[in-house]
Amino acid sequence: MAELVVFYCFAAILVFAAFRVITVRNPVHAALFLVLAFFSSACVWILLEAEFLAIVLVLVYVGAVMVLFLFVVMMLDINLAPLREGFTRYLGLGAAVAVLIVAQLLLVLGSDRFGLERVGAPVRRAADYSNTEELGVLLYTVYAYPFEIAAVVLLVAIIAAISLTMRRRPGIKAQNPAEQVAVRRSDRVRLVKMRSESRR
Amino acid sequence: MIDSLVSLAWTVAKVLAILVPLVLAVAWYTFAERKVVGYIQVRMGPNRVGPRGWLQPIADGIKLVLKEVIIPAGANRFLFVLAPVIALGAALAAWAVVPFGEGLVLADINAGLLYILAMTSVGVYGVIIAGWASNSKYALLGAMRSAAQIVAYEIAMGFALVVVLMAAGSLNLGEIVNAQDGSILNWFWLPLLPMFVVYIIAGIAETNRAPFDVAEGESEIVAGFHVEYSGMSFLVFFLAEYANMILISLLISIMFLGGWLSPFQGIFPDRFTEGFPLGPGPHWLLLKTLFFMFLYLWLRATFPRYRYDQIMRLGWKVFIPLTIVWIVVVGVAIVLDVPPWFDGA
Repeated sequence: MAELVVFYCFAAILVFAAFRVITVRNPVHAALFLVLAFFSSACVWILLEAEFLAIVLVLVYVGAVMVLFLFVVMMLDINLAPLREGFTRYLGLGAAVAVLIVAQLLLVLGSDRFGLERVGAPVRRAADYSNTEELGVLLYTVYAYPFEIAAVVLLVAIIAAISLTMRRRPGIKAQNPAEQVAVRRSDRVRLVKMRSESRR
Repeated sequence: MIDSLVSLAWTVAKVLAILVPLVLAVAWYTFAERKVVGYIQVRMGPNRVGPRGWLQPIADGIKLVLKEVIIPAGANRFLFVLAPVIALGAALAAWAVVPFGEGLVLADINAGLLYILAMTSVGVYGVIIAGWASNSKYALLGAMRSAAQIVAYEIAMGFALVVVLMAAGSLNLGEIVNAQDGSILNWFWLPLLPMFVVYIIAGIAETNRAPFDVAEGESEIVAGFHVEYSGMSFLVFFLAEYANMILISLLISIMFLGGWLSPFQGIFPDRFTEGFPLGPGPHWLLLKTLFFMFLYLWLRATFPRYRYDQIMRLGWKVFIPLTIVWIVVVGVAIVLDVPPWFDGA
């Protein structure tokens, strides 16, 4: 009973936050609402006893991805008026994409691949059941190849992102810390020994 | 119904039993900081309020609570007030899974290490939101510095923790301590020595403390992200920062120095290392934690602030490669069952 109340609380917050992400006008607020959405879905996952996934969601998406998102969004100086331009122009395309996504979701969720008769009602596990361990075993045995393919895809993405931002500009003044550390006193300071001059 | 109420009350009591000593520790930690740094710099430190200045934290607390909370013009009111609350909430939430002794833990969850990592990474939102909502250049610059620094050092910190969990074979903090059972040479500081050093330094950088406190950097950006905060709201940021420092000190002791295990174990015969003073117990954890808390102050009084590009270089180009290499080293050691550390798992 209490669990149900908690679930509906977090589910309502999740839906509200997700809705605000696309309706709010300030992009920083949108990013913060997305953080709230991630956080409440993590709470829903905790209720499903998927604590590993929930914590990783908070750790990766809230703790790292969204921080970088905010980092960029905060530095933009956004003029709100041009954001509404082109609304009608993109309306058709946007609607088509939305219909497509909804259709896909219906196809996946509405078919008999999910649902209790297919998967079976989840069993409540004892407190010492570690789903971290279960996930690890599954990931590195049954799903080892998909896991490695995902890793390679990510590696390609990293290399692509780095090569896109790597451009050599002439005339930049970068410091070379290795050289700075290697500097000795005699390179920079010349000690001059001299007698004190007599006052004229 | 009655049962659940009783268990709820019991949990609240346990939470208070952690938080009240923590807040008091924070209060006198600030006093210790001013005294220790004072003596290191050959001056007295606060010595006017109470005997030898011991009541100074109370005076500070009253002053901060009574001061006016100023919300700058053009600031986002809601986020401005929310930011310190997020910082403190994340800092205190992490304490839920910290074990203080054998079985002395509020929530004994299996993914405890991950939970702590997640909570400390949520804490950065307090800093970022504070910087943005203040509607001030200096606050925004401080928030940007802090965000970049925390993201960089979090990776090194996470990898160091991966090595710890490989050596311990568990994400549960209590089991990590038990995996170090044996003698002082079995504690993880020895087999994971580079990670021990990386974790201490990354922990200091993660809490934005000197010599990595460029997020505050008063010589160039006034006070960084909390430049616009005053009174209570500043006090809350302060509480969060010091609670995080104590938490990092505690985690270093748990993960690398055997937590509540006694350093005399395995050196003296077993019959001496049982019972209170010499046997395992929370007092050892307290002593180890106090040492690292002192280390924070010691470093602050000793080192000048790092240059920002060097902080980034240290995090990305030195620590992350080092941790990745050590993951491979420990992995090979586990496969080869290298005694005495990796032959048990």
